[in-house]
Amino acid sequence: MRLLKTISLIALFVFALNSYADAQCKAFARKECLPELATYTHDGNYHAAVLIEGEEAELYKTFYSDMEYRVAILGESSLPAIEFKIMDINKNVLYSNKDNKYASTWDFKLESSQQLKLVIKVSSFNQPGDTPASGCVAIMFGFKLKK
Amino acid sequence: MNKKYRINSGILFVFILILSFLTACKGSKKAPDEEIQVPMPEDNTAILQDIKQAEKIFNALPSPLESAMLIKSAGARFDEALLNPVTNVNTYVTSKSMALNLGVYTCDLSFASLYEQTQLLIDYMNAAKKMADGLGILKAIEQEDIDRLEENINNSEVIMDIVSQTFMNSNSYLEDNGQPATAAMVLVGGWVEGLYISTQLVDMKELNTNKLVGRIIDQKLSIDILLNLLDSSKGNPAVDELIIEVAKLKNVFDKIKINTSPVRPEFDPASNTTVLKSEVKTDMTPEVFLELSAVVAEIRNSFVK
Repeated sequence: MRLLKTISLIALFVFALNSYADAQCKAFARKECLPELATYTHDGNYHAAVLIEGEEAELYKTFYSDMEYRVAILGESSLPAIEFKIMDINKNVLYSNKDNKYASTWDFKLESSQQLKLVIKVSSFNQPGDTPASGCVAIMFGFKLKK
Repeated sequence: MNKKYRINSGILFVFILILSFLTACKGSKKAPDEEIQVPMPEDNTAILQDIKQAEKIFNALPSPLESAMLIKSAGARFDEALLNPVTNVNTYVTSKSMALNLGVYTCDLSFASLYEQTQLLIDYMNAAKKMADGLGILKAIEQEDIDRLEENINNSEVIMDIVSQTFMNSNSYLEDNGQPATAAMVLVGGWVEGLYISTQLVDMKELNTNKLVGRIIDQKLSIDILLNLLDSSKGNPAVDELIIEVAKLKNVFDKIKINTSPVRPEFDPASNTTVLKSEVKTDMTPEVFLELSAVVAEIRNSFVK
């Protein structure tokens, strides 16, 4: 009976902790990532997850020729640098923020609509034996009509 | 026996503690003195390898706001008759119908907002609020959002900001509360509504000249993303039904040809923007367009009935 009570309490604790982490992730996305879109209109979609040092995420999205876009990708300060690459459907790299001092935003427009793939990677502190750092990574898109 | 239980619960506690620290949002790098030391093997390559296998994949559909913007940018006219009447709002009682129509109404309200249909905009915001409330989405659309809309009814920037924020409130709540299937259904509802409005606004006489036709063809690029999004919640009966419907749509989109030349990025220092240069050739016959319109209308009408 005591075991059952302990497990229930722990489960409740873990659930509360994860909910807290998710809520924090949303708050981080809203507070830190959203302002990076500046004059671009946020599309309203929410893409954020808690990632661990060395972990990768992928995002697939269609971008339209009528629009100008800004992508903003930010990680919490507890994380090492966030790398991101934008690729076309043939996996040709069109942009890498690693070549641009790990910039958190990229502005682009297209001559024809394309499905693009974003690969986001949390780099590593390279400290063997340490607990891998974890934190929220948010990805947001802003758009405006092409001038 | 009791001792064994005590040991097992101890192991369980340590395991859950490790899990909690791995998944908690705040990392531990900034304050090493405050770290709780969790024993880790010297070489954590194997652990990181496991983590890599659990990589996160996002399938991003155009949001209702983006869909509405695409329709407006193509020079299409506004037609209130194409929207899902707000009087239907009380007929949606299942989670599936409320999720789909949260997407539908958000697309309709985005459409109304871009065409400065002020009263409609407020009516549709209330309809979307009713869907969000019905789904138990806390604080997605609050009365103060609607009041703010009314106060800024002539300020399109503020209106778009409110529409975008309320949509983000809904989908982030659903994602964060373990309801990705519902979040996916909201997105599907919005995407199908945008496609429905677009196809209905095309006159067959201007199939070769209407810019909106190009935007409709572009939706072929999102159909696999849509199916992947639904596939990630496969097993949910409502999602399984949607997969069958969307597969019909894919069959029609497969008849449309899109040939794109390799993409060449060129940086424009004047605007600090990269231009992704490419040429595209598309081919859609009038028969395929009619078939697409009919399938989209059938699916959309099944959502709003």
